[in-house]
Amino acid sequence: MTLPSIFDIGLVILMLGIGASAIIVRNAFAAVITFVVYGLLLSLAWVRLSAIDVALTEAAIGGGMTGMLLLGAVAPLRLAKTDGARTSLPVRLATGVLCALIAASLAIAILFPPETILTLAPTVMENLAQTGLGNPVAGVLFVFRALDTLLEKVVLLLALLGVWSLAPDSVWGGIPGLRIYARPNSTLTFLAQLLPPVGVMVAIYMCWVGAKEPGGAFQGGTILAAMWLLVIIANLKSAPSIDQSWLRLLLVFGPAIFLVIGIAGIVMANAFLAYPSGYAKPLIVVIEFALTVSIAIALAMLAAGPPERVRQQ
Amino acid sequence: MNLALNIFTIAAVSAGMFFFLAGTIGLLRFPDPLTRLHALTKVDNLGLGLVILGLLPQANGLFGALKLVSVWLLVQLSGAIVTQLIAGSVRQHGPQA
Repeated sequence: MTLPSIFDIGLVILMLGIGASAIIVRNAFAAVITFVVYGLLLSLAWVRLSAIDVALTEAAIGGGMTGMLLLGAVAPLRLAKTDGARTSLPVRLATGVLCALIAASLAIAILFPPETILTLAPTVMENLAQTGLGNPVAGVLFVFRALDTLLEKVVLLLALLGVWSLAPDSVWGGIPGLRIYARPNSTLTFLAQLLPPVGVMVAIYMCWVGAKEPGGAFQGGTILAAMWLLVIIANLKSAPSIDQSWLRLLLVFGPAIFLVIGIAGIVMANAFLAYPSGYAKPLIVVIEFALTVSIAIALAMLAAGPPERVRQQ
Repeated sequence: MNLALNIFTIAAVSAGMFFFLAGTIGLLRFPDPLTRLHALTKVDNLGLGLVILGLLPQANGLFGALKLVSVWLLVQLSGAIVTQLIAGSVRQHGPQA
């Protein structure tokens, strides 16, 4: 047995163990922490499968961002007394059956693959040169399956609308109730002053390099969002109230640019979301940068949660 | 030359692994949160530092090496500050908070 395969087997065993303990553990906080660890291990697995783009996204979104959202959901549960109010037996049974169905269908898909595996990968690599991009993942996301990417960004906005609609009427348009941990002169303040410039640089780099190598709008946007949340949590700048027009404009900025360029494609390149030949790469870079800004704001606002207090006039 | 660099990599990464192991044992065995945090900081500083040092000769050019060093510096920064924050919270609310 070679050294890499020993590592892979160890990684898989570790992931199964962590995954199981995330489900078995009774304490919600511990379960979320285990879930984050699971996300990090999963991103290692993606690295081993040479899918660096997916690994970056998994670490940023699957581990970091989802972990933060889940922690935000656990915090109010800890405060509210849920003394022994267990879910009823039919609900638990139905959940178990649904989970078993999903697991079974996944198992069937993996254990009995079709004779010839349908893949478009060679076609992508053949046509990638025409787009001027070096990263096949960026090629698929912005050229070959651009419609999926556009819809994905719109879904992000819908998710944010869902979070915002949890606000009671009295504070609608107010300031998200992110918990502030600031104590004056704490080390957190220091971190929130020192790290954001570095983080912004890394985010711009991630976004720029996405056309050629692993990286892209989602990864860059997550880092930007993290920097913004850090500044808010350290109380250096308060969260904006959600009725600010600049906030709403920036939220739709990325998808709007994407849509405008896509519609321009009908005139310039005879198809929706097609790019005129020779201009594919610059247009895609413009879209990526615009999307990075919108994704950053959408993710930060998702993590900040629904509005909880009214803005002081 | 190449062999010497490879031996250096193996030695430094192994030394780093030793600190990871020691830190993990400390995390599992030490009696209270503050000493456990102390064990973890060794992993961040020395463990990761030695691993990065060992990987420098294998890095992809000067920029690759710089990226590795900045990863170490960023982990140092965040590790030190998160440790401070956890320790501060333990001191204020007690270990169970």
